[in-house]
Amino acid sequence: MILDEIAGMLGDPLMQRALLAAMLVGLAAPVVGTYLVQRRLSLLGDGIGHVALTGVALGWLVGNAMNLAPHDMLAVPGAVVTAVIGAVVIELVRERGRTSGDVALALLFYGGIAGGVLFISLAGGTNANLMAYLFGSISTVSSADLWLTVVLTTLILVVGVGLRTALFAVCHDEEFARAAGLPVRALNIAIAVIAALTVTVSMRVVGLLLVSALMIVPVAVAQLVSGSFRRTMGLAMGIGVTVCLSGLSITYWNDLSPGATIVVLAIVVYTVVALARPALQHNRPHDPHPHVPDDVDVDVDA
Amino acid sequence: MTPAVLARAVRVVLGGNAILRGVDLSVSDGEVVALLGANGSGKSTLVRALVGAVPIESGEVELLGRPLGRTVAWERIGYVPQRMSAATGVPATAGEVVASGLLHGRRLRPPRHARKSVRAALDLVGLTHHVDRPVRELSGGQQQRVLIARALVRDPALLVLDEPVAGVDLPSQEAFAATLTDLTARGRTVLVVLHELGALAPLVQRAIVLRHGAVVHDGAPPTPTREHSGADHDHVHPHDPDEEYADTGIAGMRWEP
Repeated sequence: MILDEIAGMLGDPLMQRALLAAMLVGLAAPVVGTYLVQRRLSLLGDGIGHVALTGVALGWLVGNAMNLAPHDMLAVPGAVVTAVIGAVVIELVRERGRTSGDVALALLFYGGIAGGVLFISLAGGTNANLMAYLFGSISTVSSADLWLTVVLTTLILVVGVGLRTALFAVCHDEEFARAAGLPVRALNIAIAVIAALTVTVSMRVVGLLLVSALMIVPVAVAQLVSGSFRRTMGLAMGIGVTVCLSGLSITYWNDLSPGATIVVLAIVVYTVVALARPALQHNRPHDPHPHVPDDVDVDVDA
Repeated sequence: MTPAVLARAVRVVLGGNAILRGVDLSVSDGEVVALLGANGSGKSTLVRALVGAVPIESGEVELLGRPLGRTVAWERIGYVPQRMSAATGVPATAGEVVASGLLHGRRLRPPRHARKSVRAALDLVGLTHHVDRPVRELSGGQQQRVLIARALVRDPALLVLDEPVAGVDLPSQEAFAATLTDLTARGRTVLVVLHELGALAPLVQRAIVLRHGAVVHDGAPPTPTREHSGADHDHVHPHDPDEEYADTGIAGMRWEP
């Protein structure tokens, strides 16, 4: 019975594309998220997501002007270009240290949303046209979308996993990385660019408003139970894929928003792990005091 | 012979304040030089400027005969910054932190023998068995030793250390002194920022003293001022909240005005 249902779901070409896209996004988003959490920039994904909305609207505006059909043909490319530019600008501003991080993010949040709404009205559209991008529209993933997703995800994984030690070095201790002769700026920009690509790739699955959750929540879960950077990243990727696939499958049988279901599922996993952690650690009691010999001689038996 | 470190009229301005006002400094090959000075004298900024972690307003720096920049043989330089907090975002093991020291401008991925080198470096600082332990579970002094291992893992010819023993537990201080003795015996060049010479006094061949961002002494290691060495001297560091938490493992960033 259940197997038939699952076979039915897997046989649906629309669902096949959606599941593949969801799996790739679930794999890639936590990779970038690990670096963002490491440098305490958890909200950067959100900032880039808001900027990408302006890109969507700009793409729409240009598509309209060029009389392309459909009108939103350039929406995704527009989001990619704008998000990458936005992410690099954020990185350069951060490097200068002139504007504090949260002010820069606030400017992006509001500038991005306002720009998106402004340009979409200029393009003769309504805010309703933006909804698909804000909250995701995985059921409308086309073959072309899927190819773009495959290419961009591969790029994210090659950079994010392949350069793991170097990116870790920069995120962990930028001063040391500089003194080690590492190309710190190039590596920082690499992180910003793969973050921007992740945002645009995840846009179709969970929507721009929830992109950041997919990057951050799996990492938050993984670091509850892991002690190493490598394992945290691997575990987060596993959790990302699991919640994306199971969340999407739930919406095959129940009429729910896929993006919201995936994110709620991830947060449920976080809550369960956070609550179960004391019980898990009970098996392996951890003495919080470091193993260091005493500085003074004391007769403990006395 | 070209000196390992050469600085000419180095001037550094941070936040509109001239932290270094024309510093000249030279460290020969194989020499062990201590950089001394009161807190806020600019000694930390000086070493950070020497390794390129802080931009230089004017002046010149040469490391191992090359002007500061891409052409410097970074793989031969080991830098130990002032102790950082262990609680940086995602957890990492001691081995992972040390492995990041294997990278430099021409190597963005760890080499094949990475694991072996990492173990050897942790062995040098007496932390062999902690390679897979999360750094956040180590004591402040052990974390400092991890950072020293991160600098040693690339087998540097020049070692630059910023207050490596400040607020560090006694076993870690002893382990560090032993490591440094071994390195200097093998002809490595060492430039070390210190608050006081302490256990390292026998190793230090020359001392440079900074005051208000300028060199005021360059020569034989000076004796501590009377009030510091007196038997009744109450050694208090009100500027250094780190010290009292030194071995709790929760010590955070050091305060440096």
